Amino acid sequence: MPDFDPNRRQLLKASTVAVGGVAVSAQLATPAQAAAPAARPPASTAPTTMSIRLKVNGVEHQLMVDPRTTLLDALRDRLHLTGSKKGCDQGQCGACTVLVDGRRVTSCLTLAVMQEGHEVTTIEGLGTPTNLHPLQRAFIKHDGYQCGFCTPGQICSAVGMLEELRAGAPSHVTADLSASPQPTDMELRERMSGNLCRCGAYSNIQEAIAEVAGMKR
Amino acid sequence: MKAFTYERAKTPQEAAAAAARIPNARFVAGGTNLLDLMKLQIETPSHLIDVNDLALDRIEPVQDGGLRIGALVRNADLAADLRVRRDYGVLTRALVAGASGQLRNQATTAGNLLQRTRCPYFYDTNMPCNKRKPGSGCSAIGGFTRLHAIVGQSESCIATHPSDMAVAMRVLDAQVETIDPSGARRVIPIADFHRLPGNTPHIDHNLKPGELITAVTLPPPVGGVQSYRKVRDRASYAFAIVSVASIVQRDGSGRVALGGVAHKPWRVEAADAAFPRGAQAVAGALLQGARTTEDNAFKVPLVERTLAAAIVDAKAGAKA
Repeated sequence: MPDFDPNRRQLLKASTVAVGGVAVSAQLATPAQAAAPAARPPASTAPTTMSIRLKVNGVEHQLMVDPRTTLLDALRDRLHLTGSKKGCDQGQCGACTVLVDGRRVTSCLTLAVMQEGHEVTTIEGLGTPTNLHPLQRAFIKHDGYQCGFCTPGQICSAVGMLEELRAGAPSHVTADLSASPQPTDMELRERMSGNLCRCGAYSNIQEAIAEVAGMKR
Repeated sequence: MKAFTYERAKTPQEAAAAAARIPNARFVAGGTNLLDLMKLQIETPSHLIDVNDLALDRIEPVQDGGLRIGALVRNADLAADLRVRRDYGVLTRALVAGASGQLRNQATTAGNLLQRTRCPYFYDTNMPCNKRKPGSGCSAIGGFTRLHAIVGQSESCIATHPSDMAVAMRVLDAQVETIDPSGARRVIPIADFHRLPGNTPHIDHNLKPGELITAVTLPPPVGGVQSYRKVRDRASYAFAIVSVASIVQRDGSGRVALGGVAHKPWRVEAADAAFPRGAQAVAGALLQGARTTEDNAFKVPLVERTLAAAIVDAKAGAKA
């Protein structure tokens, strides 16, 4: 990868996004975001701006970021991967869930600078419209959403959750800690409790995940 | 968030030295509590020392038969460890009762011990809070106190410690290993790690400036029926109103620590001694001198009943 070398189009695109972001989501934008500089050439580097390499969906990106930039903001505002959503911005709703090295995390509670050397997978990296991930297909089949805002986080979370279950990780509702937990409705519900759905599509989300988990209905 | 500079430390001593040298520096590992507080400008560090590259992410047996848990072991990995599940069930139970799957993948062992309180007045920067701004007053006292401390509180602060893991660590007599900026290491018994608020509620623990947690060690397994009963406002993903970590032996002896009632995980040696006399005696000793409000007086009988349920479960489990 060459050093960061912004061309006019990238700069314009970045500024547009930054301004647009402030305009449409003033309530959500923190002062940090509002003040965050758009992509800047290295010559005018502010003292707190850092160059990082971020590997997302198999592609390595070089970015200049303010260290305050969360992984979520870097994904959405800098890499224009807007599938990951900003719901609460405090780790309570799960809408920003992505996979880091295959594990589900809330991207709003980690900094972009902390993710150098890790592999980030977002909803955009799980499947494409013509080649859907099995969970994406199942959410469509079972109508596992209404407004869809929480869906990318639900799906990324479910991917990580099913892997945790396969690896035998216990949960709060696992009766016997010495046994491998089995996919049951109780287990899925408990393990997905970090993803809220304000439309209340939980029962269909549950059906979609249960199908991919191979549960008999 | 206030602006800060950022570095990745290479060794524990380097991290500790940087924290002592740079004014207003903080360590960051999982970040799940610190970044949340930084967004609200409750925490305003001018420098972050990322400790994630330190090789402190292993769980290893120690010579005396115990287990050393690296400071960076994620809560999810600690809960799932087969040795922990087999020998320290109360710890796995406490961990999986806390937070969400995502947060447990991020949060670390050391960071969990260092969580700040979830007192709503601490979180509301428009309100006075002695923990957030020393000397400004306590808005919780005389306020809405349903979730607040009933033992060990002071005239300055009635906040509770939010951790589930730390309550299990307390009942297991864990020890906290640290390194200081000079490279010196020390071991702090978990009982002496967290502080009561007194007139310095802004100081949660007894770490010195720059001192870094490197590991938490568990003594050799004590057996018994181990459980963690957490009472909360919803079935998952909520902080404890009251929690009971207990280890009950076949002979009726036992030990217990409480969460949700005090500024630190709450354990009283005299209460452990009362186990043969039943839950009422144990709870009475645990909560001797409790000071409650109209909002939180319910916690006293709730502790006793939750403990009674744990003892009934333990007796059933021991027979099975």
